Amino acid sequence: MIVAEQKPLAEIKSMLGEAKRVLVVGCGTCVTVCFAGGTKEVAELASTLRMSTQLDSKETVVDEVVVQRQCEWEYIDPLLATLDQYDLVVSLGCGVGVQTLAERFPKIRVVPGLNTKFMGLPTKPGVWEERCQACGNCMLDRTGGVCPISRCSKQLLNGPCGGSQDGKCEISEDVPCAWQLIWERMTSLGREQELLKVQPPKDWTTSRDGGPRRIVREDLQLPEGYRD
Amino acid sequence: MSDTQQNSDLKIVAFCCQYCAYKAADLAGSLRLQYPPEFRIIQVPCTGRIDTVEVLHAFEEGADGVVTLGCMPGDCHFLEGNLRARRRVERVKKLLAEVGLEAERVEMYNLSSAMGDKFVQYATEMTERIRKLGPSPLRHSGKHVAGTPVAGVSQMRESL
Repeated sequence: MIVAEQKPLAEIKSMLGEAKRVLVVGCGTCVTVCFAGGTKEVAELASTLRMSTQLDSKETVVDEVVVQRQCEWEYIDPLLATLDQYDLVVSLGCGVGVQTLAERFPKIRVVPGLNTKFMGLPTKPGVWEERCQACGNCMLDRTGGVCPISRCSKQLLNGPCGGSQDGKCEISEDVPCAWQLIWERMTSLGREQELLKVQPPKDWTTSRDGGPRRIVREDLQLPEGYRD
Repeated sequence: MSDTQQNSDLKIVAFCCQYCAYKAADLAGSLRLQYPPEFRIIQVPCTGRIDTVEVLHAFEEGADGVVTLGCMPGDCHFLEGNLRARRRVERVKKLLAEVGLEAERVEMYNLSSAMGDKFVQYATEMTERIRKLGPSPLRHSGKHVAGTPVAGVSQMRESL
């Protein structure tokens, strides 16, 4: 999932400007399950914004709505009917959600209420860890399902480095050495000999180095002249 | 009139677990113990039922203080509802500070159903604290501006 966390209230308030009617839009997908932008978090932010602006003697109306998926036009289009009542939208979606709203509704100001952090998973209640950097060229088959791009601090393809101590990365005792994990996993699978093969330098053009990325599937595209 | 009987227009919302605090309040009544009238009891099945949003909404609607009273640590009928409630109360304290309200306006206490006197002690303690802080500024800042949830997207989809 995409993991995000809410910006401080003061920062969100500073983005409101002179807006008198504000709509907080949450998302029912990734940010709901990482407790950053679901129904409860939207209610929490709307409530704290209402109280805070009231204490500033402003009569700001803050309403709330959660869409199932903020990153698809199909799911946000129903908002159009109510958007003309608002001066500003605070999106509690990830960066994709914010941009989807801004792109679809060009007349209304959309501001982010979250900082989008990474793609990862909850390893225990209240803790999320990064697992993928979307490098665009997955090599997990060669590393026993442990990603050296997202989990090794140096993104080494032929690790570990000298900073690996007692299974931990030198940057922090809370960070396990990815290459130690890779070694343990490959050993348990009886495939450790495969690690002797030196990995060539990675082609980063599939990652951000190639500019903004795009996927086109012609079989899924609508026929010429078809109204979408 | 004693301090505990002295009435003011303060409102302190007390979320009381039905297994401990609510019964302790009942016991306090049976023992003819007085507690401040500002203390307004709401019975809940467990303090773990209380979410941060409910506490925030209480303040938004004009509460001057909010208390959650749950079972002693280790005695929760739902194992750890009281422990979760305490963490949520700590979170609300931080949120209130961000909003600009005093974090002391919200508190959590633990007690058992046999502690009628403790219930009175906590109710008095919290009421004294709120009396010192005074009424919530949200009550006197003018028009109430609580928002309303916009129609759910399922309803919106039907209207497409």
